[in-house]
Amino acid sequence: MSPVEQSVAGLLDAARGGNQAAMGRLITLIERGGAPGRAVSRASFPGSGAGYTVGLTGPPGAGKSTLVSRLIEAVRAQDQAVAVLAVDPSSPFSGGAILGDRVRMDEHASDPAVFIRSMASRGELGGLARAVPEALRLLDAVGFPWLLLETVGVGQIELDVARAADSVIVVLTPGAGDDVQTVKAGVMEIADIFVINKADRDGADDVRRSIRNMLRGGAQRQPGWTPPVLSTVASEGIGTDALLAAIASHQAWLTESGKLEEARATRLWQEVDSILVAAAQRRARDRCLQPDALRLRERVADRHVDPASAADLLLGDDGRHELTSRGSAA
Amino acid sequence: MIDARVLIAKPGLDGHDRGAKLVARALRDAGFEVIYSGIRQTPELIATVAAQEDVDVVGLSILSGAHVALTGKTIAALDAAGVTDVSVVVGGTIPSRDVPKLLELGAAAVFPTGSDLSAMVEAIAALPSHARAEAG
Repeated sequence: MSPVEQSVAGLLDAARGGNQAAMGRLITLIERGGAPGRAVSRASFPGSGAGYTVGLTGPPGAGKSTLVSRLIEAVRAQDQAVAVLAVDPSSPFSGGAILGDRVRMDEHASDPAVFIRSMASRGELGGLARAVPEALRLLDAVGFPWLLLETVGVGQIELDVARAADSVIVVLTPGAGDDVQTVKAGVMEIADIFVINKADRDGADDVRRSIRNMLRGGAQRQPGWTPPVLSTVASEGIGTDALLAAIASHQAWLTESGKLEEARATRLWQEVDSILVAAAQRRARDRCLQPDALRLRERVADRHVDPASAADLLLGDDGRHELTSRGSAA
Repeated sequence: MIDARVLIAKPGLDGHDRGAKLVARALRDAGFEVIYSGIRQTPELIATVAAQEDVDVVGLSILSGAHVALTGKTIAALDAAGVTDVSVVVGGTIPSRDVPKLLELGAAAVFPTGSDLSAMVEAIAALPSHARAEAG
């Protein structure tokens, strides 16, 4: 074992023993990537798969964090441990972020069987897609039977992340105007369960009707499972038990039909695919900064070479073809 | 992007968090990831959060006057939780005669009320971060 692998093995052992500082450090290594991050993924992957991941997404202000806090309470009442990843967007201007979701889960902060980690999206193409599933698998391998993932569903990255879960809950609220319309894109395809939170407010029935209409239109995440539409008032703990029962019901359906393993296998390979795509995009970007590519760029601007031919040249084996005459390679 | 993580916490009973939130926003604008864990935190809770979030810096905001006791207890709690490579900074209503006491307890920097916000951010940015330390 290399020194890095040894230190990762030590951290993993400590984490399995309940050491939360070790868990925290392992997640940091995953986030940072590079050789230590790879070592953590390699060491934890074989031990993952026993835990069940529930994702919660929806517009900001829907009460997701409060709902997560209620779910933690319900899971703890069953005497099971639970780990939470709360993801918030990074500022596109500064790259920084304020991660405050855990404030709403404060009552569980001193429970040693609860682990809460805040993550910023960090804006990097593919960065979030890679770190979140790996961090979930790490916590899974450490021994948490329940993994909760909370994201703000306002962008493609956040929706991709929600797909990392076995059961995806989309949380909406009444009276937010075109709430359901604005989250429509992609949301119908990812939701296993719909929750209308703050259901004591006016407009809850309208939201329910909108969801039902869209479901009738046919788009769903899994053929054979019609997402139930539940009502909650998370701030008062109303509806949490029904939500936990709906999750259990979805889990049972997935397990009995064999679809759980199938879906997980598909998602694992999708992860490989996104990493490859991100790597290819980085390579393309770097390739285009090389001197011959910059010269080619001028020739495209001067209309000596058309874009498709320019791309072919760059994709060619050594890519150092220079053009001697209009449109033809040396 | 600095890629460093800071925990802003208010230990003890004081609930005035406007200053803490101001600092949190300034750090965010400087590229930090800021975990804000809220008011009325015990030293043990702060240590738990620091461990889970693997932060580089713990910033304590204390306006109650109990800064010496709370800083001491928080540093002890961090040690007990196995969080050893973290810098603790303290901000709030701190008279100048207490600054050396806090530094002696192990605080890396002290920012009494009225400290320049951008100087504070710069000082925090100069503290060690795991991202800059050797991997593993």
